[in-house]
Amino acid sequence: MAQTLLQVEDLHTQFFTSRGVVRAVDGVNLHIDVGETLGIVGESGCGKTITALSILRLVPDPGKITSGRILFRGNDVVKMDDEEIRDFRGNDVAMIFQDPMTSLNPVTRIGSQIEEAMTAHKRFTPELAKSRVIELLTRVRVPSAEQRARDYPHQFSGGMRQRAMIAMGLSNEPSLLIADEPTTALDVTVQAQIIQLMKQLNRELGTAMMLITHNMALVASLCQRVVVMYAGRVVEEGPVEQIFKSPQHPYTWSLLRSVPRVDEARKDRLVSIKGLPPDLTNAPPGCKFHPRCPFVVDRCKVEEPPLGEVGPDQVARCWVLMRNVSEADIATAKQSSISVAAAEKLKAPAADIGGKAGS
Amino acid sequence: MQAAEKAPVTAVVSDPVILRVEDVYKHFPIAGFGGLAVRAVDGVTLEIRRGEALGLVGESGCGKSTLARLITALLPVTSGKIIFEGQEITKMRGARLRRMRRKMQMIFQDPFASLDPRMTVGDIIQEPLDNYGIGSGRERQRRVQELLRLVGLNPNFTNRYPHEFSGGQRQRIGIARALAVNPSFIVCDEAVSALDVSIQAQIINLLQDLQREFNLTYLFIAHDLAVVRHLSDRIAVMYLGKVVETAGRNDIYDHPQHPYTRALLSSIPVPDPEVERARAPILLKGEIPSAVNPPSGCRFHTRCPIARVPGICSEQEPLLEPHGQRDQLAACHFAGEK
Amino acid sequence: MALAQPALEQAVDWEVAEQQIGLWQDAWHRFRGNRLAVLGAVVIVFLILVAFLSPLLVHLGIIVSPTTQQVENIEVGPGQAGHLFGTDELGRDTLSRLMFGSRISLSVGILVQGIILPIGLAIGLAAGYFGGRIDNLLMRFTDIWYAFPDLIFVLVLVSVFGPNLLSIFGAIALVGWVGLARLVRGQVLAIKEKEYIEAARSSGSPPLKLILKHLLPNALGPIIVTVVFGIPSAIFLEAVLSFLGVGIQPPTPTWGQMVFDGYEAIYANPSSVVFPALSIGFTLLAFSFVGDGLRDALDPRMKR
Ligand SMILES: Nc1ncnc2c1ncn2[C@@H]1O[C@H](COP(=O)(O)OP(=O)(O)O)[C@@H](O)[C@H]1O
Ligand SMILES: Nc1ncnc2c1ncn2[C@@H]1O[C@H](COP(=O)(O)OP(=O)(O)O)[C@@H](O)[C@H]1O
Ligand code: SF4
Ligand code: SF4
Ligand SMILES: [Mg+2]
Ligand SMILES: [Mg+2]
Repeated sequence: MAQTLLQVEDLHTQFFTSRGVVRAVDGVNLHIDVGETLGIVGESGCGKTITALSILRLVPDPGKITSGRILFRGNDVVKMDDEEIRDFRGNDVAMIFQDPMTSLNPVTRIGSQIEEAMTAHKRFTPELAKSRVIELLTRVRVPSAEQRARDYPHQFSGGMRQRAMIAMGLSNEPSLLIADEPTTALDVTVQAQIIQLMKQLNRELGTAMMLITHNMALVASLCQRVVVMYAGRVVEEGPVEQIFKSPQHPYTWSLLRSVPRVDEARKDRLVSIKGLPPDLTNAPPGCKFHPRCPFVVDRCKVEEPPLGEVGPDQVARCWVLMRNVSEADIATAKQSSISVAAAEKLKAPAADIGGKAGS
Repeated sequence: MQAAEKAPVTAVVSDPVILRVEDVYKHFPIAGFGGLAVRAVDGVTLEIRRGEALGLVGESGCGKSTLARLITALLPVTSGKIIFEGQEITKMRGARLRRMRRKMQMIFQDPFASLDPRMTVGDIIQEPLDNYGIGSGRERQRRVQELLRLVGLNPNFTNRYPHEFSGGQRQRIGIARALAVNPSFIVCDEAVSALDVSIQAQIINLLQDLQREFNLTYLFIAHDLAVVRHLSDRIAVMYLGKVVETAGRNDIYDHPQHPYTRALLSSIPVPDPEVERARAPILLKGEIPSAVNPPSGCRFHTRCPIARVPGICSEQEPLLEPHGQRDQLAACHFAGEK
Repeated sequence: MALAQPALEQAVDWEVAEQQIGLWQDAWHRFRGNRLAVLGAVVIVFLILVAFLSPLLVHLGIIVSPTTQQVENIEVGPGQAGHLFGTDELGRDTLSRLMFGSRISLSVGILVQGIILPIGLAIGLAAGYFGGRIDNLLMRFTDIWYAFPDLIFVLVLVSVFGPNLLSIFGAIALVGWVGLARLVRGQVLAIKEKEYIEAARSSGSPPLKLILKHLLPNALGPIIVTVVFGIPSAIFLEAVLSFLGVGIQPPTPTWGQMVFDGYEAIYANPSSVVFPALSIGFTLLAFSFVGDGLRDALDPRMKR
């Protein structure tokens, strides 16, 4: 058995706003083994970022971790005092964000920023620190690292900034790197470079990674295991091959079929999930997904399903499960939603809607 | 579908090409740098056929949006011709241009920025109807309601303001506005890129249904090649202000001729772990160069994995010529080589 | 991007009870929530009422006329001899003069903005919308105008045309429009690039409609705010002019002139300076509060 690095148990994080209590993270359980890559997926607003920020105890106001445990190598992060938490953030985990510009100081040279991130926690001589900075930038494949270290953030392109952020994250050799949508703002060619880099780092340094994304393809590319979140909860979890081959939760199934594949000719309509994710101050009763689920049964509306074993190492939170859904129901789920009646009315003969330009 | 036959036949059907872009340039001068300019679109020639969806892809900054704005005459060209339904729109102005615009509508990227926040949804969708004096007041209101129904929104929402809607709903409002005057050609500039995945699927399906139902021609711009492949019949790839390859949507994936197309396609991850394990992306060096001073010869030569530099690639600009499959053009001296 | 909104687009029904609030209504709610702004508005309404009603009050004999000189009551303190705020060096009732002074001061503030608004709007809109050469021309013109110190400009104009009401209003308006024109131009330039303007253009909207229906309403928030903030600065400028002795001529009372007149006797009779100075101060504050309140209220990003 692999050694567990991080274990999150029944985590609840809530925002106390004037509109009410936002249950952003609502009883999340997950774990990451040493050196493992875990993907967290779901639509925006389902609690991915807040889960990550909770792990670092960086939940913004008016949010609070209201209950649960976050065990890192057996120590509960929730119970750590200020010094311990600084030490934990500095040495054990690092986080990189979607927009690196917001986490870089625009008036400090890239090299100094990486150095600061480093010397704040370890005692290095200045020369040693300098050479370490260059080493880090080289490691994240910033070309001519020695010169670029003297640049300011605005002189870096988006992809280079993200590399600098990763270098900063790696400066203290963390055992866990949390990446929140690290490539969403980047072009595909640059995204490919960053993904390649993350793969190499994981292989070379054995850093465990938690990749937060809405892009299923990235997860397939980078992760060994997947956690699917919906409305602040884990709805499915398992090894990446199984989840992609036989997703059991209708939400996972829909997410996978809502994106076209570049390597296949068009054969099918995309599955679209109707409506929007629920308001987390007032989530629906029963299964949180039931107002949008194409396979809903009566029980779903009143009773929330537990996270049940559906395969080896795979769990899902659903009363029905995809393996029990008939082909006919699946076909119905893919049907067109356009209002044919309205279309007919709108196809007025050209003369009818004639008229002149200008007014 | 038989519905397509009933659709209004507005113009001469004989010409299969609805829009022709001929050697179009758009340079944005940089103020204070005498003579220097951003060469956003730098010699583009394209054809769009009636009833097809042409996908336009490329990294950000390569000139896709600028080309879209030239085609819809929102920007004047620096030089070149754009011919829509046999008429040269690059020469039109004033009322004639406005009349032409009726057949050509645009759906924008940002569902939050493309609807006037101070107007009700009803007024927004009705605006084109008012501009072209279509129908009586009562008829316009009815049409607005039908349009809302068509795109899957409540027809009673006409008195609401855009900020009361979600991103996906706003994009539907934008689509309803574009359809209001029965256009034959619609430009979608990153119309789904800003949307969450599940919402994106709703809008993609809607666009497909509408195309079938109203026999529309699309220019579909996106940086997501998977979405483009799904929606388009033909695909054009742009790099630094130029079209470097065009082909049918399957040909371009199965037999890419230009090294840039090949790299672009190989860098897209696929939602399938087994395929992913085998996929070896062609990693391009660095990022897209500046459009102010593009590289000499083939402008891809600074990043091209098969460039012959020094040599023909940095000296002579390759032309967009037939290579590979039928109907496939590529601008590369070594098209098809790996 | 938006975080999850309340589920507007539900699976089963599209009718969702989301309260329907227009932008202006929303702004009004926000404005009402701002105590200082409401207080400022109340003060302003009160001042306007006073300005309108003071002749009537004199007519009814409730207050004395501001020009009546009571030689027996020169420079009496507040509350003495039936003069609530005292009298000045000519024995005129300070309260009455204050009330009549508000007529000039408020009308300077408000009418001047009435002159500035069309000039600033027209020039700013034209420069911003048409851009290019028109913009260059108009903006160089405003730059030159702007480079001139306001006060000197006003002083010159007033000394040329004489210190009457019209020339003072005109002079203040002529220095004021530049700021507004620049603001409007800036707004128009920013809004012109918005996608909804492009969308309106590609829907076939002609230029005039673009300006009136899209550009103007969206630029209105900051314009209203600037105009409101312009009111106290015009009042202040008039006061400075009076203080320099080139404002509205006596015996017509204005607040600035009262400060100036009373200033000479500030130790002997402080009340004749303190009350007009306070009036100016409170009016400035009231308009500033309202301006602040409007700025926040008209910004849709501000949540209630
Ligand atoms: N500062 C905040 N105040 C109130 N609610 C918040 C705040 N930040 C996040 N939330 C809520 O928490 C939920 C989860 O957000 P988040 O974790 O950012 O989603 P994701 O990363 O999956 O897109 C959302 O519904 C959001 O509305
Ligand atoms: N109005 C403008 N003025 C100056 N440069 C511009 C303008 N619009 C676009 N550009 C430049 O033109 C190039 C192409 O931009 P754009 O057409 O938006 O690319 P894309 O849509 O492919 O991302 C970019 O370098 C951009 O900075
Ligand atoms: S429990 Fe019911 S509503 Fe929830 S996902 Fe399963 S089938 Fe759908
Ligand atoms: S012409 Fe040369 S540099 Fe350009 S794409 Fe072809 S091989 Fe590469
Ligand atoms: Mg997030
Ligand atoms: Mg663009």
